[in-house]
Amino acid sequence: MGIGKIARRTFLGIGAVAAGGVAVGYYYYRKPYDNPLEEGLAAGEATFNPYVKIAEDDTITIIAPRAEMGQGIQTTLAALVAEELDVDLHAVRVEHGPSSPAYYNDAMLAEGAPFPWFDEGFMPELMRSGMAVASKFLGLQVTGGSSATIDAFTKMREAGCAARHLLTAAAAERWGVDAATLETASGQVTNPATGESLSYGAFASAAATQELPSDMQLRDRSEWKILGKSPGRVEIAEKVTGGRIFGIDVELPEMLHGTVVISPRFGARAASVSTEAALAVPGVRAVEPIETSTGAGFGIIADHTWAAFQGAEALDVFWEEATYPADDAAITAALEAAFDGDPASKMMDAGDVETALADAPAGEVVEAEYAVPYLAHACLEPMNATAQVADGKATIWTGTQAPGIVQMAVGSLLGIESEDVTVHTTHLGGGFGRRGEVDYPLYAAALAAKTGGRPIKVTWTREEDTRHDVYRPAARARMRAHVVPGEGIQALDMHLASPSIIASVTGRTFPGMGTFGPDKSVVDGAFNQPYTIPNWRVAGYEADIPIPVGFWRSVGNSQNGYFHEAFVDEMAEAAGADPLAFRLAHMGDPRMAPARGVLAKAAEMAGWGREMPAGRGLGIAHVLSFGTWVAEVVEVDATGGEIRIPNVWCAADPGEVLDPDNFRAQMVSGIVFGLSSALGQEITFEEGEVQQWNFWDFDAMRMAQCPTMHVELLENSPRMGGAGEPSMPPSVPALANAIYAATGKRLRRMPFSHEVQFYA
Amino acid sequence: MHLTVNGEDRQFEADPDMPLLWALRDILDVKGPKFGCGVAACGACTVLMNGVPVRSCSYPVGDVDGPITTIEGLATAEALHPVQQAWIEHQVPQCGYCQAGQIMAAVALLSETPQPTDADIDAAMTNLCRCGTYSYIRAAIQTAAQKMEA
Repeated sequence: MGIGKIARRTFLGIGAVAAGGVAVGYYYYRKPYDNPLEEGLAAGEATFNPYVKIAEDDTITIIAPRAEMGQGIQTTLAALVAEELDVDLHAVRVEHGPSSPAYYNDAMLAEGAPFPWFDEGFMPELMRSGMAVASKFLGLQVTGGSSATIDAFTKMREAGCAARHLLTAAAAERWGVDAATLETASGQVTNPATGESLSYGAFASAAATQELPSDMQLRDRSEWKILGKSPGRVEIAEKVTGGRIFGIDVELPEMLHGTVVISPRFGARAASVSTEAALAVPGVRAVEPIETSTGAGFGIIADHTWAAFQGAEALDVFWEEATYPADDAAITAALEAAFDGDPASKMMDAGDVETALADAPAGEVVEAEYAVPYLAHACLEPMNATAQVADGKATIWTGTQAPGIVQMAVGSLLGIESEDVTVHTTHLGGGFGRRGEVDYPLYAAALAAKTGGRPIKVTWTREEDTRHDVYRPAARARMRAHVVPGEGIQALDMHLASPSIIASVTGRTFPGMGTFGPDKSVVDGAFNQPYTIPNWRVAGYEADIPIPVGFWRSVGNSQNGYFHEAFVDEMAEAAGADPLAFRLAHMGDPRMAPARGVLAKAAEMAGWGREMPAGRGLGIAHVLSFGTWVAEVVEVDATGGEIRIPNVWCAADPGEVLDPDNFRAQMVSGIVFGLSSALGQEITFEEGEVQQWNFWDFDAMRMAQCPTMHVELLENSPRMGGAGEPSMPPSVPALANAIYAATGKRLRRMPFSHEVQFYA
Repeated sequence: MHLTVNGEDRQFEADPDMPLLWALRDILDVKGPKFGCGVAACGACTVLMNGVPVRSCSYPVGDVDGPITTIEGLATAEALHPVQQAWIEHQVPQCGYCQAGQIMAAVALLSETPQPTDADIDAAMTNLCRCGTYSYIRAAIQTAAQKMEA
């Protein structure tokens, strides 16, 4: 690469055509990464930035570099580009594209900063911008934290806008007219003066050599034709016709099949193994040991998946003992013991809680303890990856939320450079945080190193998937409050204990890297809620329990939203107040207006305050997470003895909404995910092993149990919030509060099936 | 061994105990039916045998005694099946992994019960969806029922 090219790349960004003509393209960021699309351009294809490719035959490709796991992200991201590029969303190809640091996600890390979302003070803003810069240099291409749209909102519209300007400039040059006189629509440039019209493909190569005008302007919302509407999913046809789009559908010439048997005790190895019976299964070719930072065990290499599964079942292994609290009683004791140490964090510490509680009359103190279990993700597509290792290079085909981290981990396992690991990201049959892990691609890579260069698809059984998840942590809460009847909350002291997700993820993904201060997830959804309480402490305790835990849809908000909002109902009762009025009374700060808005809206939708017949009840909850304010009202009918959930009303305010139908679908999805956990999900331990195996003992909500859903969106919040996670946290406390209203039972331990019977 | 899959006669070698699902996916390269649980608990692998829904992960290929229809065989050259059309109209799928099985179960329901009540839907549609698209599936089945009656 010549100095001139480096300079242009560094300071101005760059366009490229396959034929070799290279010129200045698109000012992407202060110091852009290379455009990964420049490699592998087909003849006649041109690229202008990491998001757009246009071919002479008018094939337009938009790169939507985030994992599509159901949340509709590829549609929204493609729409951002299409809106500015002036192409029909359903006429373009949308691809995930290559793994590249050019697709780093800065919004996700920015919200990792330990401040409430609504706090726009100097320190929080400084931290957020610092985190965003750090994520760029780390080049994290990650889908998570409900952050993809927020991250892309400006940069992908700019990509479309820049490409349109280059195409228009090329057309202006060819026709000898001023670019400002030309019009664009549906992938065509038109000269209104002559009526002449040509499609983008005709200008693609010439456009890549144009100079970008300095006065590009993104379109105003009032001009949008796609954004703010509901264009429908770009991949809908594949999803109703059996399209081969998932990792498990990968088919390659000469491909072998495999599965894994990983130690059911985390971090333990095989004490002894007999492979004879496994090798005797027709179609089984080999049994190979696997040893990685995420787990140790064996892989079965076979001619087809069924043979591999039979081989796995026939494998006879004795495993080493567990070196961690090995059953539920020991885990509970470890969580309780964490409260005896110093808190790792006090991210909320207002007023003087100790004095306020010491001075409170005994009759005005409310106390409660809450507990939640470990939970599996149970993605419907079991973990799987296809790998090929040949000539010192590896190729991985898999559904992943973190392709760059897969490159690093596989490279490290095989002793090759990350750059020599190519990751093809497929669609994901569910993600929910599970598919940000590297275990399943690592095992596939380990087996691919033993096949003489043949590719191998490694598919886990459902049982292996359930028993080797990275679980939503078990957690416990101790709450004390001083509530003055007729006045409200004088003091609230929340002590929250759970193992640290960040420590667990970092330990297995980047061994030896260490951690960085307190883990926000231990207290997320509790310390940063939109209440005003004069004396308020939220202390987080990190329990050292080395059972793998990970990011599970809404993360810390999943348990803390429950602890907090169920306890708010207990405080409302102590105050003799209506649960809705009690919440509103503590949300007077003007910055909390969106919370009041969604609570009022959900209450109105549900007919809050109406007379309920005996055995029926409504429960309400509000949680702010991932920048989106969500209030939900759950209706419970206990008149038949079993608990039914006829209706859920949800009002959400994420600020600007780019795809309303899809956003509503995400609210519904998060609610079903949350209610599923309350209905009966728990991961329990005995002798260091997970006691659940399959959907017969770790199930989720089914059609007959699913409530009628009512969702409305408000757009009053000042900054854009996420979609994929924030409806989950209020669903569980709203259900607990509704069950209390219907039955008088306070549910302080999940799953609620321990104390009530749900209709099934 | 031979099977009729989506109207095509397919000859192949397989252990008769192999579940139909793996014969379809790994031997015949029919990838529409999905593996979810292996124990007939989730329905992602649902196909039709003689028009009746079968959870192919737990059905030995040697026991198959009629033509098999998978999601790939629903549409004609001219048009998608009305159930598929309704699925698009209601934008049912999220991750989409369970939807081939859901659609096959819905097709079977509507051929047996052309105008299903909510209770009929509850009884017939027992497939698991982790994205929680049930309310969309219910609405799409009602739309498909209307389309098919017309």
